[in-house]
Amino acid sequence: MRGVLENTTVRFLARRLAYTAVVLVGVMVVVFSIVQLVPGDPVRIALGTRYTEASYEALRAASGLDRPLWEQFVGYLGGALTGDLGVSFRNGEPVTAVLLERLPATISLALAGLVIGLAVALPAGIYSALREGRLSDGIVRIASQFGVSVPDFWMGMLLITLFSSVLGWLPSSGYVAITDDPLEWLRRVTLPAITMGIVAGSIMTRYIRAAVLDVASMGYIRTARSKGLAPKVVTFRHIVRNALVPVLTITGIQMATMLGGVIVVEVVFAWPGLGRLVFDAVASRDYPIIQGAVLLIAVMFLLINLLVDVLYAVVDPRIRLS
Amino acid sequence: MTMSEKQAPAAATPPSRGSLIGLLLQNKVTLAGCIVLLIVAVVAIIGPLVAPYGVNATNVVNALQPPSAEHWFGTDDLGRDVFSRVLVATRVSLLVAVASVAFALVIGVVVGIVSGYTRGWLDTVLMRGVDVMFAFPVLLLAMAIVAILGPGLLTTMLAIGIVYTPIFARVTRGSTLSVAVEPFVQASRTMGTGSFFILRRHILPNITGPLIVQTSLSLAFAILSEAALSFLGLGVQPPQPSWGRMLFDAQGFLGMAWWMSIFPGAAIFITVLAFNLVGDGLRDVLDPRQRTILEARRRR
Repeated sequence: MRGVLENTTVRFLARRLAYTAVVLVGVMVVVFSIVQLVPGDPVRIALGTRYTEASYEALRAASGLDRPLWEQFVGYLGGALTGDLGVSFRNGEPVTAVLLERLPATISLALAGLVIGLAVALPAGIYSALREGRLSDGIVRIASQFGVSVPDFWMGMLLITLFSSVLGWLPSSGYVAITDDPLEWLRRVTLPAITMGIVAGSIMTRYIRAAVLDVASMGYIRTARSKGLAPKVVTFRHIVRNALVPVLTITGIQMATMLGGVIVVEVVFAWPGLGRLVFDAVASRDYPIIQGAVLLIAVMFLLINLLVDVLYAVVDPRIRLS
Repeated sequence: MTMSEKQAPAAATPPSRGSLIGLLLQNKVTLAGCIVLLIVAVVAIIGPLVAPYGVNATNVVNALQPPSAEHWFGTDDLGRDVFSRVLVATRVSLLVAVASVAFALVIGVVVGIVSGYTRGWLDTVLMRGVDVMFAFPVLLLAMAIVAILGPGLLTTMLAIGIVYTPIFARVTRGSTLSVAVEPFVQASRTMGTGSFFILRRHILPNITGPLIVQTSLSLAFAILSEAALSFLGLGVQPPQPSWGRMLFDAQGFLGMAWWMSIFPGAAIFITVLAFNLVGDGLRDVLDPRQRTILEARRRR
């Protein structure tokens, strides 16, 4: 029996890894195409008024754009797999180094946003489901619909107006690394994290509510109730515990989504993460930085999804056996 | 039309349009969403005609005036009337949303229906392509497309259209797969009916429900995406006013002119909320399981 389980788990993992590898190759093709699809000469466009014959030739050679297309692709693929994503068109810095420098700020913000989102969504979703059809359920549902519909950058601006401009409680922008000064980091991350947490929390509230309702309608819950188990035991040991399994998926998806959705929030709060980097790179047509950031975020998205699927399969055997 | 096509069994008859609309409007929240959308559509049409001031009529002496009887939503840093700009910007926001979602719908439905109906290697290739597209966050991919093509109205529509195509392809494929195994489709195929006829006559009419729901929800996301792109300076370009661009302009005046950010932001929020509410209502009505519950409630 143990052998069968191990076999199915290994088969599931192998299948999932192969799928991720195929998608990853597709992602690399798309990312590589960004520079190729630019109408005109991307190096010339990026140099703009800084153009000189010498700088043009040097940048073209450094970025490999003077080589045949297939050679460029193989070079990009090989470089990406070994962590070499080329050099910035703007200042010649290695793209990987620039990305790694910005990554901690984005991850710390996304994690803080996720914690706030979960802190809102878990109690709200469970409470709403347990009071299905009542006024409090309706209020939670409408509030979550509001949260899903609000533009995050507008929410950020409202929070800055209230908590920075009017009340003066929290700074409106700037970043301090958590390792340098945790308290100052907390002060600075609070507003952008709330901005992200409200949207993520609203989406997760809806999923958690649906998951709890789904489990509550199962036959074994009726059995547990008919056995005379205390309502609290049925609710927390049987309903909520089982409903948390799908919550794992939505939490992972939200984390991955936040890594991409962080762009506008980072711009509003001048948070020097990957989003702000992409924004600046698009403005200055720094294509290698755009490519690198897009690739990094897409790879993180794929890895988080892979991790969630594997965890999900570990927690729920039906997935790996399907 | 061939003999077999004439004799092809009719698809399972869905509930009448009237009863669906009745169910939809019975939900007060959905009804409110429909009314708001109607108002937004009217504003989009007549906004430029009824706007009290020119959208680019600057008046520096009147800059940063709070809301008043003359300027209902106040004025911006260049003395332009915020109310007029919000009204006129409605059209461009809706235009971008509708055009980009129409693009995503058409391409997505073609990809999804071909994928779901033909299966085999073509399905695998198309769906892996969709999976690749899903690996990119929506705004990031849209920004990359704008970085390639340069900012502008058409690029914004195209970028948003491209990023929302995969979701339509996936929804269409899923629905096509479930309808393709229905007895009436199998029977039609057994009678020798052509694939194109089956797709047009049997599959397409039976997958419209999920597509309508997805369209409504995608319109909400498209408005948010357009606003985000314009906010980043990559979407609709000045002098054309857009809600996102107005928020971008308001950034430097958060403490001293709250009205510059409140009103355009509220316009985005209300429109997106209305699309989401209508989308949710449509899902309730068009999802057969939910519909049964709603109809049972109505009979009670």
